[in-house]
Amino acid sequence: MAGAVPCRVIDNLQYMTERYGEENVKAVVEKVGVYERRFADEKTCSSDLCFAAADKLLTENNIDRSEIDLLIFISQTPDYRMPATSVILQNRLGLPTTCMSYDINLGCAAFLYGLSTVYALMNTGCIRKALLLDGETRSKVYSANDRHEAYIFGDGGVAALIECNEKFGESYFSINADGAMSDLIMIPAGGYRKMSSAETVVEKVIDEYGNMRSEEQGFMKGQDVFAFTLTHVPKDIKKVLAFAGTTIDNADFIVLHQANAFMNSFLTKKMKLDTDKVMNTIHKFGNTSSVSVPLTIVSELKDKLDGDKTILASAFGVGMTWASAVLPFCNCRISDIVEVENGEPVK
Amino acid sequence: MEINEFVKNFANQFDETDASEFTPATDFRQLDEWSSLIALSVIAMIDEEYDVVIKGDDVKSSKTIQDLFEIVKSRKKS
Repeated sequence: MAGAVPCRVIDNLQYMTERYGEENVKAVVEKVGVYERRFADEKTCSSDLCFAAADKLLTENNIDRSEIDLLIFISQTPDYRMPATSVILQNRLGLPTTCMSYDINLGCAAFLYGLSTVYALMNTGCIRKALLLDGETRSKVYSANDRHEAYIFGDGGVAALIECNEKFGESYFSINADGAMSDLIMIPAGGYRKMSSAETVVEKVIDEYGNMRSEEQGFMKGQDVFAFTLTHVPKDIKKVLAFAGTTIDNADFIVLHQANAFMNSFLTKKMKLDTDKVMNTIHKFGNTSSVSVPLTIVSELKDKLDGDKTILASAFGVGMTWASAVLPFCNCRISDIVEVENGEPVK
Repeated sequence: MEINEFVKNFANQFDETDASEFTPATDFRQLDEWSSLIALSVIAMIDEEYDVVIKGDDVKSSKTIQDLFEIVKSRKKS
C-alpha cells in the first residue's frame, strides 16, 4: 500500500481562527480533534494523489504493470463528469489496455465496498493483480463559510495492490446501504436532478448564525449522522465478527472511519474497544471521507503488518452506506507517504 | 427515569453555564453556550445513560429539558 497527501498543511486552529475569531474556535477544534489537515492546490485532483501513491507503490515493489488486470478508482471528487477517472489513471500509470477500469462513486464506507468488489472479482480467477485507488479532495467540496462542515474535512489518496493467494486467509465483509437517509449528507445541485446554473453556485446564508454555502457545496445533518452511527455501527461490527467466527480480541488493529474525534472516542468507549489497538489520524489529516480508513493504515501501520495480522475495519457515511470487515494482512508492505504539489509528486 | 437526574446529566454537557441555571423548564436553546456540538454531547449522553438514540428533530422539537425528558422516557417504554 502507499498513500499521498497534498503538501499544503493547514493549521486548523490558525486557519479557523482567522475566519471565526479565537474565542469560538478552540473548543470546537478540541472537540472534533482536527489539528492539522491537508488541502490540495488548484492543480491537484484526487486522481493526482492516487497517481502519486500508485506510481510509488508499483515502482518500489518492482511490479510488472502488464500484470495488472483491474483498476478501481473510488472517489466523489473525480476529474470530470465523464470519462471515468479510472480510465485516465489506467493510461497515466502505463497499465495495459486489457486492464478493466472503472470508478466507484461512494463516500466514507467506499474503501471496504471497493475491497470486497476486488476480492469478489479476484475469486473468479480471471484477475492476476488489481489496483484499488481511493482519493478525495474534500476541501473543495465544503464551504469555508459554513461552520457545520468547515472544521473537519481534508484531502488524501491511497493505492492498494491486491493479489489473490490462499496464504492470505479469508476476509469477511458486512456491506450495507440505506437510501432512506440519502438527505443526511448531500450536495444537492450539479448533477442531473438539479443541474449546475448561475444560481446553484452562489453562496447564500442558510441559518440564523450566518453560515453560508451554495447548493453545489456539501452539507451534513451532523446530529442525525451521529444518531445513525450510534444505531448502526456497533451492531455491524458485532455482525461481521460473528460472521467471521472471531472476537474483537483477535484483531491486532482496529481502524474506524475518521469521522471526528468526538464520534470516534464515543464509539470506542461504547464498544469498549482496546484503545491501544485503535488507530487514529483525525488529528493530522482530518476526515478524508473514504480515504480515511486506508490512509490511517498507511500512516499508522507501516512496518507493523509483518507476518500475519488481522485488521478490524468499519466505515460509515454518505448514502447512507456502512461497512465492516475482518481483514487478514500477510507481510503487507507500506511505502512512505508521498507529498503532492501542482498535481505532481514532490521530489 | 427521574427528571432531576436527567437535568443534572443534561447540565454536565456544558462547560461554562452554571449548573444552577438548569431546571426542567429551562429553554435550553436560548442558553448562550448551546451549540450543535453540545447537541451531539446530549445525544451521546442519552444513548449512554438511557440506551435511547434520539435524532436531530427530537432536539429541534423540544423547547425545554422536560420536553426532551418526555421523548426519552416514551422511547424507553416502547
